[in-house]
Order: sequence, then structure tokens, then C-alpha cells
Amino acid sequence: MINTQDIIQTMQMIREDHLDIRTITLGINLLDCAAESAARTAQNVYDRVASTAENLVRTGESIEKEFGIPIVNKRVAVTPVSMITREDPVPIAFALDRAAKAVGVNFLGGYTALMQKGATRADERLIRSIPQVMNETDLLCSSVNIGSTRAGINMNAVAEMGQIIRQTAELTADRDSLGCAKLVVFANAVEDNPFMAGAFVGPGEPEAVINVGVSGPGVVKAALEQVRGEPFDVVAETIKRTAFKITRVGQLVAREASERLGIPFGIVDLSLAPTPARGDSVAQILEEMGLESVGGPGTTAALALLNDAVKKGGVMASNHVGGLSGAFIPVSEDAGMIRAAEQGKLSLEKLEAMTAVCSVGLDMIAIPGDTDAATISGIIADEAAIGMINQKTTAVRVIPAAGKKPGDTVSFGGLLGYAPVMPVSRVSCEAFIARGGRIPAPLNSLKN
Amino acid sequence: MKKALISVTGLDTTGIIARVATRLYEMNINILDISQTILSGCFTMMMVVDLANADRDYAGVAEELKPIGDALGMEIHVQRMDIFDAMHRI
Repeated sequence: MINTQDIIQTMQMIREDHLDIRTITLGINLLDCAAESAARTAQNVYDRVASTAENLVRTGESIEKEFGIPIVNKRVAVTPVSMITREDPVPIAFALDRAAKAVGVNFLGGYTALMQKGATRADERLIRSIPQVMNETDLLCSSVNIGSTRAGINMNAVAEMGQIIRQTAELTADRDSLGCAKLVVFANAVEDNPFMAGAFVGPGEPEAVINVGVSGPGVVKAALEQVRGEPFDVVAETIKRTAFKITRVGQLVAREASERLGIPFGIVDLSLAPTPARGDSVAQILEEMGLESVGGPGTTAALALLNDAVKKGGVMASNHVGGLSGAFIPVSEDAGMIRAAEQGKLSLEKLEAMTAVCSVGLDMIAIPGDTDAATISGIIADEAAIGMINQKTTAVRVIPAAGKKPGDTVSFGGLLGYAPVMPVSRVSCEAFIARGGRIPAPLNSLKN
Repeated sequence: MKKALISVTGLDTTGIIARVATRLYEMNINILDISQTILSGCFTMMMVVDLANADRDYAGVAEELKPIGDALGMEIHVQRMDIFDAMHRI
């Protein structure tokens, strides 16, 4: 009855290799909270979140205890705020932040505008308020979609977001520009992403929904340690088997949370999400494959294999897979990435290449505080182009750390980690960004 | 059946099974299987139990066993069996 080997393997994964459920994210639709005044909408929003998410944290903690697996974050995602108000969105931001604190979640995502083709007045108001809101709220996360494969890239929005990121960095300068860590710019944003800062509930989602994000870079690394020197066929197979097991736990927890809360299960997000803890690093998986350091030649190929094998293993383990589903490569949240960046072995340009083969983009990267807005916009445009052409999600979450230069360090604490400030090309793209308009949607045939 | 795995990890000593089993008996918990092994250099005892007739739930059982673990200088975990089945069975 007891298969000792299996049980020990599970126990080892949890206790030694940092296997955890990264997040249970409760998506809450706020479309019908829209009212005649911003104050009334804010009250409706508060009431809806506070009542729907009332039992989320307690339920998460009880599942954690029963199954003996850590559930690191309990979060809420909501309908993009720009869709529920034409007035000033700031009171809604404060209401959401208060509601998040009241129900005890780690973060709440959805201070969001979707403007891949164009901006509504509400979108414009919302993005202009982002610096203030990121400065004056604690748990609210913001995301803006500026491009997609079907719509092309809204370069007016790209230009504006360069400025918004700079302003957010300056306003939160006293906290190492922390505001930018809660703000992400997307191309091909997904409607069911459980991960922050980019979680929101798309208009195609139900009234409320449970989405679960799994993790486990440490488990994959430990599995690969057993097949050192073997060919890539074995490497891929090992990752697939491991991803299957990790995802089965995610599916189990998702089903259990859905049943207990009486809220339908949406998806399991098959992402390898690192933490700054030792041995919980995506970079170290790539190095285990034979690279001296992440960032060197071979890195993109190694990451492509990893990302694909995780998906292949994971899809069979879950009823519904969605969200971002891929390996994350945030710099500040991954001990191996931090080390490689500090040693100058990992550049922004190599990270950009890596984002072409994995989820999700240039993530949690500290750049010099004097990087101008146009340069940030240029970085966003490049990432968006990779996403648009490859029909995948890409994102930019960079932190132009006020007053810092390459070689300095910024520290955000907790899961957000710390990051060395990485150098950015000083070649100007100001005239390119100043053009505005839209980059047309790409052709989806004649692929080369 | 409400199956759970009880794992006891630490330095091997006398009376581990006796003490845990006695407390389980008092809570009306049936032991289905027992096995012991060495895990990362630590003695590990694993018990599969059925809580169907127990007078408390998973968390309650864990709480009851904690003082025994403390007294033995060992860690005792109670986990629902489903997590092992999910991971290792298709």
C-alpha cells in the first residue's frame, strides 16, 4: 500500500526542493459595479471584493495544512478598472487597496487598461493616474496592454508608458522606485493570468473564477541533477515527468479551493516561477544543463527546451491549462539571475533574446535612474514586437531606479527580491518613439 | 475512507511507534500500513491511517501529535493521502 519511494519523493520535493503552490488567485468580475458616480462605483467595488474574497485566505491556509504543501500567495484579480468607470479612477484604486487589506491577500491586480488598438478616455485617465496610485497604494498592481498579434502595437501608448514608468519611479524614489515593481506593460496580455503584477479578469471570464499558479524550479533542478551528462532527449523527458507531478498538485489544490469556495475552477498556470531563495532558481536549471552561467551562449536554446518540456508535461496533468504558462525569468526574484547580472554575464540584450522562447518578458530588471522615457518606450516596443510576431505574451517590468547607476543595487524585500542595476544602451530612439501612431498587425503566413 | 499519511522524522529513538500509535488509538484512528526508512540521513517513519471514524479532522490530528513530536525531538507531519496519489498515479 505504501509506495515508500513515491512518498519520499513528494516529501523531498516539498521540504528540500521548495515545491509550492505559488498562488491561488480569485478572479472577480466587477463589470456590474459601474455606477453613476466614482464614489458609488468605489463603494460597490469594495463591497464586491470584500464579500467574494472573504474566505479566500482562510481556505487557502486550511488546504495548505491538510495537504502539507505551502501556498505562498493568495491573491485577487479584478476586471480592468478602466472598463468600469468613465470618471476619475483613483477612488476605485483606493477602494481596491482597502479591500485587499481587509481580506488579507498579498496583492490585488486589475488596475488595468487594454489599449492595444486605441485608448478610451477612461484608459487615458487610468494610465495618467498610475504613478500616483502606485505611490499611494500598497497591494494594488497595475498592467497595461499596448499591443497584440491581432491589433499590432499602439505606439502612442508605448510612448506614454515610457513616461508613466519614469514618473512612477520618481514618485516612489524613497523606496528604491518600488512602484515600478507593481506595474507591467504587456503585449498579448492574457485574461486568466494568476500571477502579479499582470493579473486581471478579462471580459470573457465568468462572474468569479479560481486560477492557480504552480511553481517548482528547485524540483526541476533536483531532477536534472540525477541525469548529468545524459543527452537532451533524457533532459526533456525528465523535465516533462517532473512538470507532470508539479502540475498534478496544482490541479488538486485548484479543485479543492474551487469546491470549498463554491467558485468555478478556471485554469492551472504551468509556470516555473523562481523565488530569491537558494535553490529555487530558473537560472540554475539552465546552468544544470551545462552552462557555466545563465546569459552565455546556449542560454536561449536551454530555455526553449525547458519551457516546451514544462508545457508538455503539464498539459496532461491538468483539466484546463491557461494563464501565462511558461518559465519566468525575473532578474530580481531569481538568485541565479542576480548573480549572473552582478558578474556582468547576463545582459539586457540576452534577456530580450530569452523572452522570445519563454514566458513572459523583461521582468523585474533594475535599470539606471537616468534612463530617459524614450529609451524605456523603445525597450517596450522591442518586447511587444517579439510578442506580436511570435503570437505570445511578452511584458516589460523595468525599474528605472531613481538616483542609481549600473553596479548599484535595489532591494524590494520579500518575493520581489533585489537586483543589480543593469546597464542600458545609450543609443537614442527618441525620434522613433516620437512618431506615434500604430505598428500594423503582422501577417500570419509566409513565416520566416 | 479519509486517508492520511503521518510522517515522523528525526533521530531514531525508542517508543516512536508506540507513542504515536497509542495517541491514534485514543482518537479512534485506524492504522492501515506502516513503513520506515532513512531520508536524507534522518530516520523517517511513515504511517498510512484512516480518519473516517476519527473524532477530529486532519489539522486536529496534527495538533494532537505535535506534543509527542516535541517530546521525542522529532517532526511529525499529517498530510492528506490525495497529494501522493495525485502526483504518482495517472
